[in-house]
Amino acid sequence: MMALLKKKAPDARKLEATAARLDALTIPQGGWAEPARRDAAARLRAQGLPQGRDEYWKFTRPDTLTQEDAPRAAVLEPGETPIFDAFDRLKIVFTDGVFDPEASDALALEHVEIERLATSRADIHWAKDLYGTLEARGQVPVDRPLAAFNTAFATDGLLIRVIGRAPKPIAIIYRHESETSDAILHHVVKVEEGGELTLLETGPAAARFNKCMEVDVADGAAFRHIRTQGRDHERRAATHIFGRLGAESVFKSFTLTMNGKLTRNECVLELTGDDAVAHVAGACVGDGDFHHDDTVFITHDAVNCESRQVFKKVLRNGAVGVFQGKILVQPGAQRTDGYQISQSLLLDEDSQFLAKPELEIYADDVACSHGSTSGAIDEEALFYLRARGLPKADATVYLTLAFLAEAVQEIDDEDLQAEIVGRIEAWLFRRRR
Amino acid sequence: MLEIKNLHVKLEEEDKVILRGVDLTVEAGKVHAIMGPNGSGKSTLSYVLSGRDGYEVTDGSATLLGQDILGMEPEERAAAGLFLAFQYPVEIPGVGNMTFLRSAVNAQRKARGEPEMSSTEFLKVIREKAKELEIDADMLKRPVNVGFSGGEKKRNEILQMAMLEPKMCILDETDSGLDVDAMKLVSDGVNALRDEGRGFLVITHYQRLLDHIQPDVVHIMSNGRIVKTGGPELALEVEKNGYADLKETA
Repeated sequence: MMALLKKKAPDARKLEATAARLDALTIPQGGWAEPARRDAAARLRAQGLPQGRDEYWKFTRPDTLTQEDAPRAAVLEPGETPIFDAFDRLKIVFTDGVFDPEASDALALEHVEIERLATSRADIHWAKDLYGTLEARGQVPVDRPLAAFNTAFATDGLLIRVIGRAPKPIAIIYRHESETSDAILHHVVKVEEGGELTLLETGPAAARFNKCMEVDVADGAAFRHIRTQGRDHERRAATHIFGRLGAESVFKSFTLTMNGKLTRNECVLELTGDDAVAHVAGACVGDGDFHHDDTVFITHDAVNCESRQVFKKVLRNGAVGVFQGKILVQPGAQRTDGYQISQSLLLDEDSQFLAKPELEIYADDVACSHGSTSGAIDEEALFYLRARGLPKADATVYLTLAFLAEAVQEIDDEDLQAEIVGRIEAWLFRRRR
Repeated sequence: MLEIKNLHVKLEEEDKVILRGVDLTVEAGKVHAIMGPNGSGKSTLSYVLSGRDGYEVTDGSATLLGQDILGMEPEERAAAGLFLAFQYPVEIPGVGNMTFLRSAVNAQRKARGEPEMSSTEFLKVIREKAKELEIDADMLKRPVNVGFSGGEKKRNEILQMAMLEPKMCILDETDSGLDVDAMKLVSDGVNALRDEGRGFLVITHYQRLLDHIQPDVVHIMSNGRIVKTGGPELALEVEKNGYADLKETA
């Protein structure tokens, strides 16, 4: 497995193609972020944009993510109220990747500093040491060229610094209005010692969306992230989360993905302080022209840390699910507790789940487990529900919810969890047959 | 109520015959018990009646209140008034016990063309019935059967039965895995449901459940057939002598 991840020198044609693509683009000028942007562009020129031949892109074709123009994607009329609508939260709206001041709340929240990347012009800025830094660290041992691309060319994003306990969640709401929009956003979150933040990210963002989020969670700090993607059908999205966890910190991220032609969510976490806890979970539901890829890389580099990866995919009608997940335990990272599960529920024989779970361990006092399964609805359970009078289609919905439960239960807040379950249930009931 | 005639059943996937001509009639208001050794076909009979996949009826019939049930889907049988208390109730994570039960009650009502039960009414009724079975609010909220002990699962089955108010109840080894106290609770729950309009078929290995749920009729099943029928005394006889003698008389 190691050999597959060793970097090979990219071939010349790949680099030429990358150079041609980048030459046509302009790095946003000025401000403290420009050196990091130039560095990222240089790194990208050396590694090349991903191609289908790349080992890390074996299960997911990157061409529509890297081509010049975003493939057209129809705008979805949702027919339901936006998720988390009833929750008290600070709303920040981006429409097709462009900040929408009219729809957003004032960027002010107690114990939190919020600024926009595009308008942050101070010479000395706290985000200067972070922007592109965690992303660059995350390029080892595997190239993540779309993240480097993002650092270089992101047009906007949020810079969020949390110095205490945020009184309510910050909600980044993405709206999609143009069929050809190509959005690139880069957020930086720094949760200072003892700080706590819940970040919500929701909504279809653009026809094509490249998003990167770097999160630094200091000692004793907590960061919770709940994201929903969809229900737009034709989007293409490549997202990255790069996280660094300090001692006794908590990082929890959950993503619900509904629909989407192509979604690749990469999450790269580094546990650098003792007793840190990192949970990454995902539930996705896809029907038809749907390709969803979760690629996760968690590095344990401190003592007595816990990490959990829980990914569940419901696939139907030719939908494809991908999971590439890795736990790397560095020498000395004793008493590591690592858990990884990736499962798919295939609702018919046309759907496909491709999984590559990996463990790489260089410490001896470690408990790591991983499991990956593909299965159909459990006939015994189906009979049980039907014997109680539930029609087969309804019983299937309940068993699908049961299948997703372990992932959804990674959301600590019960109300947020219930809202997520409600959306999944609605999606399933709309498609029951 | 339930009329089974000459029922022959084999496994769908293999050439294994399990029921070889079962004749059984359960009248409304009566409790019939079926006892028999392992592999005699008791559980298969309960599964075939409730519509589980994997079995093929090769001959005979089964009707509930005059309706042929063998051609119905499991949910149609449930709506027609049939209930099977499972030997091994299934765990459904992520689905609240109460949510599930309310969906089941209303799915059955809908199938019968009756109005749905409002959530207020449902709550009132379920709280009452749960209390009798010593099922607390937490158990009602928790996911169906997840983390329940063996006894809690069986009590939950009886709660479902009480809420669904079936006409014909089949209890498949409901006593398995129960301690004395749980058996008493479960039996009390079943006895509370006994009335003129309801029939029971209690499947069990052992006589002890029948101390609590007094049957009107006891059948002994062996090798896919009912080989002996009698009163409650037949169960005592089995308890004393085992099944060996009865098998020989078959």
